[in-house]
Amino acid sequence: MKQNIALELKNITKTFGSVVANKNVSLQVRKGEILSILGENGSGKTTLMNMVSGIYYPDSGQMLIDGQEVSISSPKDAFRYKIGMIHQHFKLVDVFSAAENIILGVEEEKKFDMPQYIERIKEITDQYGFELDPYKKIYEMSVSEKQTVEIIKVLFRGADILILDEPTAVLTPQETTKLFKVLRNMRESGKAIIIITHKLHEVLSLSDNVAVLRKGEYIGTVKTSETNETELTEMMVGKKISLNIERSMPKNTCDRLVVDKISCINREGVKLLDNVSFHVRAGEILGVAGIAGSGQRELLEAIAGLQHLTAGRITYIDPKTNQEEDLRDKTPLEIRQMGVRLAFVPEDRLGMGLVGNMDIVDNMMLRSYKKGKSVFLQRKTPKTLAEEVIERLEVATPSVNTPVRRLSGGNVQKILVGREIASAPTVLMAAYPARGLDINSSYTIYNLLNEQKEQGVAVIFVGEDLDVLIELCDRILVIGSGKIAGIVDGRNITKEEIGLLMTKSSEENGEKEVAEDGKTE
Amino acid sequence: MIATIIQRAVMQGTPLLFGSTGEILTEKSGHLNLGIPGIMYVGAISGVAGAFLYEHGVGANMNPFLAVLIPLLCSLLASTLMGLIYCFLTVTLRANQNVTGLALTTFGIGIGNFFGGSLIKLVDMDVPSISLSATSTIFKTQLPFADKLGWFGTIFLSHGFLVYVAIIVALISSYVLNKTRTGLHLRAVGESPETADAVGINVTKYKYLSTCIGSAIAGLGGLYYVMDYANGVWSNNGFGDRGWLSIALVIFSIWRPSVSILGSILFGFLYVIPTYIPDITVSTKKLFEMLPYIVTILVLVITSIRDKKENQPPAALGLHYFREER
Repeated sequence: MKQNIALELKNITKTFGSVVANKNVSLQVRKGEILSILGENGSGKTTLMNMVSGIYYPDSGQMLIDGQEVSISSPKDAFRYKIGMIHQHFKLVDVFSAAENIILGVEEEKKFDMPQYIERIKEITDQYGFELDPYKKIYEMSVSEKQTVEIIKVLFRGADILILDEPTAVLTPQETTKLFKVLRNMRESGKAIIIITHKLHEVLSLSDNVAVLRKGEYIGTVKTSETNETELTEMMVGKKISLNIERSMPKNTCDRLVVDKISCINREGVKLLDNVSFHVRAGEILGVAGIAGSGQRELLEAIAGLQHLTAGRITYIDPKTNQEEDLRDKTPLEIRQMGVRLAFVPEDRLGMGLVGNMDIVDNMMLRSYKKGKSVFLQRKTPKTLAEEVIERLEVATPSVNTPVRRLSGGNVQKILVGREIASAPTVLMAAYPARGLDINSSYTIYNLLNEQKEQGVAVIFVGEDLDVLIELCDRILVIGSGKIAGIVDGRNITKEEIGLLMTKSSEENGEKEVAEDGKTE
Repeated sequence: MIATIIQRAVMQGTPLLFGSTGEILTEKSGHLNLGIPGIMYVGAISGVAGAFLYEHGVGANMNPFLAVLIPLLCSLLASTLMGLIYCFLTVTLRANQNVTGLALTTFGIGIGNFFGGSLIKLVDMDVPSISLSATSTIFKTQLPFADKLGWFGTIFLSHGFLVYVAIIVALISSYVLNKTRTGLHLRAVGESPETADAVGINVTKYKYLSTCIGSAIAGLGGLYYVMDYANGVWSNNGFGDRGWLSIALVIFSIWRPSVSILGSILFGFLYVIPTYIPDITVSTKKLFEMLPYIVTILVLVITSIRDKKENQPPAALGLHYFREER
């Protein structure tokens, strides 16, 4: 039994300045086993694994590989011990092909021979059941293809211990299923696999053992077969929390936005939105479901005035005067002033909406800079707002003056969403507000959306997790390749039915992305 | 006539080719070295100093081999040193690349003019320049048959060896960048240093090496200019704006040394063409001198419109890299 252990950590401690990221963490993973590391936002999961993969160096503690104590001080050392990590933010060179990225950094005595490398990549893809075109450039790839490249990259180096950081955060349900199948294949062939996650149902369906971290401390390891969702949540959060979204029946609904047959095209002339019509009602949450990149982003941007429409109109009905106004004639600023708010959480959280080098107060001010009356900045009001958001959403930050880029991803997201909600909107659009967040923070955000709905705000929620969409939304709009596949009642629909709508609409269009999906039996 | 124009264009283009090949190698590692004009200047003056000391030391009985080797080594050494300064400041100390580069250019031109001025004082001539005609003659040695093969000889064989070195270096650089593992790693460093670092590539080593080698190559451009193009005559500020033109050529050739070869000849052509237009006025001539820059701007506009990822500068160009920063 003992010699079966691939990786063992003993009393690992790591501090950053005065912040303790990991304290006395001990865990082990065996060959042919999938271990989940479960923990809340900022509980030190990623830091711990970064030490195993050589990005950070532990302050104290031991690491054992195959029973031998090792010291891993650089990614190169990690490769030597056959450890490969797939980061949450992919580390790939955009202008390189998949194959070039995979062989990057591989030092071999042999001659640099591309065709032979591609042969080897093909062997790996066949062995584990990946789908990948080695010649395709990274910038042409979808998120899930990029992830495939990352995984093959570590396998190509002969990794026996694979660490995946939040692998499903950006995948669709179908892609997740595919990934899990591949991971199980790897387990069969004797690899040790560690996945960092906060999604309980994934932990339960995939892993053999679960190690739980809470605020940098190691809580314990349990066998997946002997545990359940409630127990794990308790270990993770330290207290019992309810995982229910309290959905109230919509009250006093009335139309707030009428979107009528809008279309828009991108620079290459491809239709991103095609003849899209729907109503957005005050006091209701409208969910938007669809495969990533089906036009969700463009839809929200069109309403916010950031997309040029080629056809159709968007009418806004003012809650006070009941006057109708055409949003197409308005600038984004005017639309904002009418109370339409967009909180878009992109895959790269700092990409849109926040400025990484500025502190929280300044970021709050970004939205209200037009309100100032004098030439000089008034930091007092935004500071109060920042403090409110920090308190309400439990943002972990040293102070309001910390640059946003120093915060962990989840905290950045809370600030982004919190700022938009704080501005008392009439229409609130939230795209992936809970992307990559742990349970507790996600539910804080869902409840915030619910609160807004009860206050008579028209909420549009673009989500990835179908379970959440069904639990949270009153109506769900399913979009596929820029077309509406259906608008369904959130209370009487199943995940499978939505999934069917998502794929059905794409098949009809027969576009490229769909063709790839079609390949998966 | 046409053959002569092409010959002159190649001569004009060669310093630019050296400069741009060096700069491309540097930029591929993610470093925008605006010190190139200064480095080329230093490359020139150090070669001049070496040749001056040798020529005046041995008098008439010069060994042709040493007469080439000494200036060449001086030039390579001095420009590598300049590259090292740049690397130390931008890679190790993570200083701003633009500021460092511009400072280095000012510094390099200062050094050149200082030592140039000192040497000019030593020879005590009527004109403010140094003439190293003996060394220059060796640098300008043509290939055999250059005179006998008509236009073919004029275009292809009539140049000093540094012209061929420039083209070979550009071709080798192109090969290394695109067809070898080293090149792949170097491009990765310039595109995404954190990716390169994560797969175990020594980012600092690649940055240092490519910048220093790039500087050495660029320095040869200065050496070629004095020894071959200017017939061994050094005068302060004679090098002109060739350094900046090489950087423009980098953009023109969309970071490809092989394209740079043709680009340099085109730039050289645009540079010499006014002298072949009869009755040209000084002001018109100045207009012609703008042409290379206008062409560069056009290329920038076209590549931006086409927006092809492969034709863009390395993604991490101008950004410094620090592993533990988020």
